[in-house]
Amino acid sequence: MSDLTHLTISQARAKLRAKEITATEITEAYLSAIERANPALNAYVVVTDEKARDMAKASDAKLAKGEGGSLEGIPLGIKDLFGTEGIHTQACSHVLDGFKPHYESTVTANLWADGAVMLGKLNMDEFAMGSSNETSYYGPVVNPWRRSRVDTVVMPTTHQGDGGFVSAGGARTARTLDNAQLVPGGSSGGSASAVSALLCAGATATDTGGSIRQPAAFTGTVGIKPTYGRCSRWGIVAFASSLDQAGPIARDVRDAAILLKSMASVDPKDTTSVDRPVPDYEAAIGKPIKGMKVGIPREYRVDGMPEEIEALWQKGIAWLRDAGAEIVDISLPHTKYALPAYYIVAPAEASSNLARYDGVRYGLRVPGKDIVDMYEKTRAAGFGREVKRRIMIGTYVLSAGYYDAYYLQAQKVRNLIKRDFENAFAAGVDVILTPATPSAAFGIADEDMAADPVKMYLNDIFTVTVNMAGLPGIAVPAGLDAKGLPLGLQLIGRPFDEETLFQTAHVIEQAAGTFQPEKWW
Amino acid sequence: MSVDLQTVKRVARLARIAVSEEDAERMTGELNAILGFVEQLNEVDVSGVEPMTSVIPMEMKKRQDVVTDGGKAADIVANAPATEENFFLVPKVVE
Repeated sequence: MSDLTHLTISQARAKLRAKEITATEITEAYLSAIERANPALNAYVVVTDEKARDMAKASDAKLAKGEGGSLEGIPLGIKDLFGTEGIHTQACSHVLDGFKPHYESTVTANLWADGAVMLGKLNMDEFAMGSSNETSYYGPVVNPWRRSRVDTVVMPTTHQGDGGFVSAGGARTARTLDNAQLVPGGSSGGSASAVSALLCAGATATDTGGSIRQPAAFTGTVGIKPTYGRCSRWGIVAFASSLDQAGPIARDVRDAAILLKSMASVDPKDTTSVDRPVPDYEAAIGKPIKGMKVGIPREYRVDGMPEEIEALWQKGIAWLRDAGAEIVDISLPHTKYALPAYYIVAPAEASSNLARYDGVRYGLRVPGKDIVDMYEKTRAAGFGREVKRRIMIGTYVLSAGYYDAYYLQAQKVRNLIKRDFENAFAAGVDVILTPATPSAAFGIADEDMAADPVKMYLNDIFTVTVNMAGLPGIAVPAGLDAKGLPLGLQLIGRPFDEETLFQTAHVIEQAAGTFQPEKWW
Repeated sequence: MSVDLQTVKRVARLARIAVSEEDAERMTGELNAILGFVEQLNEVDVSGVEPMTSVIPMEMKKRQDVVTDGGKAADIVANAPATEENFFLVPKVVE
């Protein structure tokens, strides 16, 4: 039954509706795949098998009557940042030990209302702070992709008996997988790893500076961060409220469109939820892009970028041009300031949001000699290094005397970054094409990144601009590097024009194909 | 701008995070690396630029000033490490 895990959401949806398969069968197939793979990949921190079986049974009852929602019976993984009623919700932090909310996030409630089945909670960087999924209290997630080496094997001419040739000799090539474990990217590393390894049909994720798109690029999956305000943030553990957005990670562009349609909504419980109806994103797929204006920002050609990334970008440009798009060079002059401005704005908001973890209302409490001692000990024990580092930076830049120099300056620069994009769109550009990441997946416990936090932050150099400007961005796999690792391209759109992103990403997908890791786990 | 050990300890105190001498020393280096990185923002000419307050232009949503939720004290204290009769228990703060 394990082949059911190979179905995309759109394929599974058709088979479920045609009663060729049941929600229970496909759910069981995923549960056994998780059981076999999770010890090696660590993508799930909790598997909700009983709940999954109950939800599948309820879906089967609806499907039998020809009823059910757009995701009826489709098994999904949920990032641990989403509040799920009565179920482990800890943002993969020690400080939220034992937390089980008495509410459901709007995004997950939307998915369940459409009939989706919950398989479990997915691993992530602690409080979504990280680009490698190594800051999780539950340990790193492993990328199902491994580097490979191409060897040429010479086949000697062999004889058998008196002059009878068996092999005429020659050469063939063979790929050998390297054993080194790679990161799946972060912070939605569990989501990306689980989707890539077929441990769920699709997954929820969140993106504050690149946390959907960078892991999608590292695992050969599709990830979209919609426009700020498109998905409700209600019930999602807050990191940086002016930047956080939820979105899906999926196996292909169509599945991402199906998932986003369900996740997005207008929500009175989130004051930043925008009052616009959610379009049928799937309908945009397959529409021709003839005449579309695609902007290529020169500032995204950064020093030290591997040639393979540049080549991939050129390939993407050629594919879109071949499909009839007009390619134009554009300039986004403040690009280089997006990452430094982000590392003021995001920590500042985080230091404020994370003030609530004090050992009083939920989670961990470490006793102290008085209440302040209790707060300080609880937070010292409960937060990991990266989270503490960001709280400290945020506290410093907001402290008396530094607010104007840092926070106010960063928020001004943020307006300039947004203005760059507005100018490009005003000049007629419909969509912007860039690389998704400056490199392919790197090794777990990379020494350079561990020694210098800024090196790790540079992973988000191409994605963070999009959060700063509130725009939608999608990462779509576009090829493999020489070591056989997936690389992705990013498309950036106008506010609330996710449809153009799906439409254009699908053209890239048609040209590039989809990518599956070789199974070693 | 850079921070010294004393500043790091003061900020840790403001952030309510207990730090050992060793932690504070390590953090001083890390924070200075990050502050060094963000320093380049100073070269941007921001004269006449407003600081961003909302990334998507929208009107503040308002609702009727009426009670729409509540009556769930037990739910609210359910996850607390220490409670008594729907109150959060904390170490004594007044003598």
